[in-house]
Amino acid sequence: MNLTLKVWRQKNAQTKGAFVTYKAEGISPDMSFLEMLDVVNESLIHKGDEPIHFDHDCREGICGMCSLYINGRPHGPKDAITTCQLHMRSFHDGEIIVIEPWRAAAFPVIKDLAVDRSAFDRIQQAGGFISVNTGVTIDANAILVPKVIADEAFNSATCIGCGACVAACKNASAMLFVSAKVSQLGMLPQGQPERWSRVQAMVAQMDAEGFGNCTNTGACEAECPKEIQMTNISRMTNDYFSAKLFREEHVHDHASSGE
Amino acid sequence: MSLLDAKIPAGPLAEKWSKHKFNLKLVNPANKRKYDVIVVGTGLAGGAAAASLAELGYNVKAFCFQDSPRRAHSIAAQGGINAAKNYQNDGDSIYRLFYDTIKGGDYRAREGNVYRLAEVSVNIIDQCVAQGVPFAREYGGLLDNRSFGGAQVSRTFYARGQTGQQLLLGAYSALNRQIHLGKVKMYTRSEMLDVVLVDGQAKGIVTRNLITGAIETHSGHAVLLATGGYGNVFYLSTNAIGSNVTAAWRAHKRGAYFANPCYTQIHPTCIPVTGDHQSKLTLMSESLRNDGRVWAPKTVETAEKLRKGVIKANEVKEEDRDYFLERKYPSFGNLVPRDVASRNAKEMVDEHRGVGGSGVAVFLDFADAIHRLGRDAVAAKYGNLFDMYYQITDEDPYTQPMRIYPAVHYTMGGLWVDYNLMTTVPGLYALGECNFSDHGANRLGASALMQGLADGYFVIPYTLGDYLATIGPKPVDTKHPAFEKTKQDVIAYVNKLLALKGTKTVNEYHRDLGHIMWEYCGMARTAEGLTKAKGLISALRADFWKNAIVVGENEEVNPALEKAGRVADFLELGELMVDDALMRRESCGGHFRLESQTPEGEALRDDEHFAFVAAWEYKGDNQPEVLNKEVLDFEFVHLTQRSYK
Repeated sequence: MNLTLKVWRQKNAQTKGAFVTYKAEGISPDMSFLEMLDVVNESLIHKGDEPIHFDHDCREGICGMCSLYINGRPHGPKDAITTCQLHMRSFHDGEIIVIEPWRAAAFPVIKDLAVDRSAFDRIQQAGGFISVNTGVTIDANAILVPKVIADEAFNSATCIGCGACVAACKNASAMLFVSAKVSQLGMLPQGQPERWSRVQAMVAQMDAEGFGNCTNTGACEAECPKEIQMTNISRMTNDYFSAKLFREEHVHDHASSGE
Repeated sequence: MSLLDAKIPAGPLAEKWSKHKFNLKLVNPANKRKYDVIVVGTGLAGGAAAASLAELGYNVKAFCFQDSPRRAHSIAAQGGINAAKNYQNDGDSIYRLFYDTIKGGDYRAREGNVYRLAEVSVNIIDQCVAQGVPFAREYGGLLDNRSFGGAQVSRTFYARGQTGQQLLLGAYSALNRQIHLGKVKMYTRSEMLDVVLVDGQAKGIVTRNLITGAIETHSGHAVLLATGGYGNVFYLSTNAIGSNVTAAWRAHKRGAYFANPCYTQIHPTCIPVTGDHQSKLTLMSESLRNDGRVWAPKTVETAEKLRKGVIKANEVKEEDRDYFLERKYPSFGNLVPRDVASRNAKEMVDEHRGVGGSGVAVFLDFADAIHRLGRDAVAAKYGNLFDMYYQITDEDPYTQPMRIYPAVHYTMGGLWVDYNLMTTVPGLYALGECNFSDHGANRLGASALMQGLADGYFVIPYTLGDYLATIGPKPVDTKHPAFEKTKQDVIAYVNKLLALKGTKTVNEYHRDLGHIMWEYCGMARTAEGLTKAKGLISALRADFWKNAIVVGENEEVNPALEKAGRVADFLELGELMVDDALMRRESCGGHFRLESQTPEGEALRDDEHFAFVAAWEYKGDNQPEVLNKEVLDFEFVHLTQRSYK
């Protein structure tokens, strides 16, 4: 296959970026999308040019590092996979492919197609945990969790933190990402003691990072490679208002928990 | 050559760890905040260690090269985690898990370490559940278990096919809590390039900031490496692209011995290579062999027709198929251990009976299972794996057999550590896959997650205190000349890499190295092949330092430079692996020497001459490394030859 790529190149966060056109020639349909970029990069290096920078690591759809906006969709044209799982047989010979980074104010570009997603980590640090030190002595089976709850908590916990939800959203909202963790811990019995403080702390950090609000468009759910559902957002909103209206005092406990 | 002392406490197996914990010195709670601890790597071992040490009150500085600690490659582990809970009432016990692990490792691991691992396995599950890890459950609300990797008991805890992800996110959440509380300072996109020794003790590291290129020094009272395995020395493996040996290797060059580097695990069921463009291999869970039947065509002629696409797999008549595992191992059949299944697949390919376009694959066939159980039942068990296979190969495993072939998956070798997880450099520790200690010559399924978390949550929090109490809380200052000296060494090394303006890309060198390692130091090894490999690697390394191209500069995001440093280290490690494999003239676990086989062609150990850990000592650039031995004493188990006939 021979393809034309229009790739966003940007030296760093301070510099303006632009699209640059490249030819990708002799591409096998069995290659993954990232392997196709590897081939292009190898030829750039041979010419002494700088390779196109993109984030990637596990290349099996679980680490959440890869993050390309391909022909106007996060992780490309197929549903429920990440860019590293996308294969070139999903494109046709001669196609023009436009490749951009995630675009959101809270995700500044680092270089070319890689963005800074540390805002996600800071939201998790604000409250995405259960305050328990290593060495608990409660036997694991002393905590009973109904299977249906455990399964639903697992579904929320499969989020890989890639940021496709933010990239897909016209408001650059991180509600799907935040609500997945709030839901996972909020549904489990272990997460109850900090349920109200957690949701407030995480939402406060989400707002501080500059993510937009949710207007129920649903692009996040449609583009999520792990099919995380908007039900999580409903649960989070419910908990958030519940906490704000009736349990405001709990938020102050959170910052000092664990010491 | 010297003999190494692992400092295994004396006494009955079941009392060793408890007694040792009591004998270890403690750091006064008020003094803990006066100590800084550096943790490199934030996977299961590093993340768990960083969080647990911070909870105790130490100041932790944690480093990872990824953009977030949540990306560490532990996240990709599929199957599960073993623990001797005996929740199924099926006869499991700490002793049984210990025994299975020692035997599975082909009697090349330490009894004391493995028993401790089995002992703390039960605490790991308690800990993870308390953190909110959503393990699979039964309808009564209790935890579910499954049998894994041919084990006779159901002791594996799991979270669908994403157990590693859920455990890592648990450790990540504990780490986040400590970052939030200010007890852990997290450095992401930072790569460790050297360890700083002050008077022979590890007191800090030198890192490169992968965004700005800044070469920085960091001090601490101890340095913990939890940097994973070195499977990517083979270029193609199931490891993440970024997984590398650099931190461990640079520590090795500063005095930490490297143990059993030739012990690599080659997993039998991976999706085969399709071409030179391939950047990594994808594992298909071991559980598939519970229902899939492995076969190759009986004759070269049939195989040839399959390779050319003249006929399809389904058109091969039953009598023209060779279900070679069932034929050779009637009692274990398709469920033989990983090393045995892998070697037999290779044998088929070597006999030109391989299938697929490249001829480097065998079939894993579900037709019988679908016929027996129905398509829906098979889909319920393996649906996500079948989808993954379809996504990558564009072939439907419901209607035609999967093509599979072994791939490098895990490395049992690593930095030598004593019972306290300390390397031969005082104050330098190694945890998780980057140490060598618990799996012997072969790792059992669902044991990697157990070991990483055992080291991080339940071993290092005790053993580190003993060392810290001994050295005292006197602050370590990066103004010490050793820091500046090491930093200058790193800068000189980086500049040497950046000066490479040849004609061949670093990736091409890496691929060439991978071919050599796979061919001569892969599933079957010979003295002749290994000797040849040594020459080839040596020549490749010399060529690298003349002809490689490294584009760009230091003061920017420069993945070409990062990769160059990692490949340079793999080129050195590759030679050591070959030396180690050459020295070990026996077959054991994942290390199969063709010269050492039973009359039936199975791995033949030589306990009389090789029941030791080989710990290699670096002696300077281009100098042969020196072999040190740690003798393995088996006080409690009787050594037997494994048989799966």
